[in-house]
Amino acid sequence: MSFLIGEVMTGGYGTGADILHDCTIAVDKGEIAVVVGPNGAGKSTAMKAMFGMLNLRSGRVLLDGEDITALTPQARVHKGMGFVPQTSNVFTSMSVEENLEMGAFIREDDISNTMEQVFALFPILKEKRAQAAGELSGGQRQQVAVARALMTKPQVLMLDEPTAGVSPIVMDELFDRIIEIARTGITILIVEQNARQALNIADKGYVLVQGRNRFTDTGQALLANPEVRQSFLGG
Amino acid sequence: MEDVTNAIVLILNFLFVPGLTYGCQLALGALGVTLVYGILRYSNFAHGETMSFGAMVCILVVWWLQSLGISIAPLPTVLLALPIGILATVLFCLLTDRLVYRFYRQQKSQPVILLIASIGVMFLMNGLIRFVIGPDDRRVGDGARFIINAREFRQMTGLSEGLAIKTSQGITVIVTVLLVAALFWFLNRTRAGKSMRAYSDNEDLALLSGINPERVVMITWILTGILATIAGTLYGLDKSYKPFTYLQLLLPIFAAAIVGGLGNPLGAIAGGFVIAFSEVSITFAYRKFIAYLVPESWAPDGLLQLLSTDYKFAVSFVILVLVLLIRPTGIFRGQST
Repeated sequence: MSFLIGEVMTGGYGTGADILHDCTIAVDKGEIAVVVGPNGAGKSTAMKAMFGMLNLRSGRVLLDGEDITALTPQARVHKGMGFVPQTSNVFTSMSVEENLEMGAFIREDDISNTMEQVFALFPILKEKRAQAAGELSGGQRQQVAVARALMTKPQVLMLDEPTAGVSPIVMDELFDRIIEIARTGITILIVEQNARQALNIADKGYVLVQGRNRFTDTGQALLANPEVRQSFLGG
Repeated sequence: MEDVTNAIVLILNFLFVPGLTYGCQLALGALGVTLVYGILRYSNFAHGETMSFGAMVCILVVWWLQSLGISIAPLPTVLLALPIGILATVLFCLLTDRLVYRFYRQQKSQPVILLIASIGVMFLMNGLIRFVIGPDDRRVGDGARFIINAREFRQMTGLSEGLAIKTSQGITVIVTVLLVAALFWFLNRTRAGKSMRAYSDNEDLALLSGINPERVVMITWILTGILATIAGTLYGLDKSYKPFTYLQLLLPIFAAAIVGGLGNPLGAIAGGFVIAFSEVSITFAYRKFIAYLVPESWAPDGLLQLLSTDYKFAVSFVILVLVLLIRPTGIFRGQST
């Protein structure tokens, strides 16, 4: 059984119309799952649903076999889930180091080890540790955002379009880092606009259309699927 | 040469020292407003009354201490009363939060609703304060009145101008420096302080990081209670305590917070001094100052006062309007609504 499963989720924001329709997304331990699809397909919504940021009308979310559907996002952080929002994902007025400290806010133990690990993963952040996160470039800011989420030592890391607005070179580097993170045993779920690159690193890919599962396969198989290529990867 | 020295002493005595003292009081007041704005995201109109409430409790405690014959002369007894005043004000702030503001927070009300609620709290406190201590003028200070008085200064230096520094002015400046240093240490060095800054910076991300908003709000009210009590008491110590003046203080305090950039503590301090020195220097009569510097026959007949002191609140108002027109986020780029 997969480590994190959003099972036949149906729901939307508040009391509004349903955005997700019987959508299922699952990630195995230590693997990378990527959700792609056209604009407005409900990719981000599906991820937010799995993190408890909207009410599900039906379906459930399982983490390591435990039903966490009723938990608030904060409670899910305590359960070992980390979430990196697409925008406003750093404390702009605080230094890089303070951002990481805030990421580890729920931890009572010594965080210096984790911080060293994170700095080893993102060396540029160590260099800029005293600088305000708002003064960093887009790519560095995304690194801070991911690093902040890693500070709780999560078992699952969810990334909402981590490469939005960064240059192709920075994007490749970010994906490399994400692979490294997955190798440490952390389960990763990514929502991406840059579908081709993201599917390249994906163990499992989900193509959503209008809140429904359209294709589900390994990343490589989706990349090879002519229909997926035609409709979603631009040929 | 002696005339130039006299002119400088004159400016120090009537402009710089009062301006500095007033600036400290405004800075402490504006810090309270800016903290509430940064965390709870509304302008707390009850802040002037909170200052008044803290000062009132301090005065009541002073009366009680005086009746017991306790004093720490030459320092004013009110310093002894401060901890109790702070405690009472903090409890009052937490109580109003529990009874009033928390409700609107849970409803996720617009900031303007909270602002209007705070006006209600202001009127309530206003009435409560008049009910307890009455509307009259009260002298807060006892103990030595001056650190240096004008006569001693003249004898010491042989100048014709005197420089007087009141005990209350010295205490105001020292307490402000210590309090601001402690506040910045708290905000920048402690976990709780950093969590406040994080919450102010990005509420959603703070929640995702597991920062408990109710705890942040509680710490904010505690800090606000401390700052308001000390600001209110220092103002009362320096001038005198009269409930009505704290309502009037609201304008320069908000002007200071907005000039510096709402939500920015450093800005609140800078704003406090900008407002205070503008007010004092625009309402200062420069006749004597000029008379020292120019030949006797050139001495001006008029007062050379730009604005009568009766209109001193117009100064904060004009600065407030100018800042909102030219740079709405304030000097230090606070949050704009």
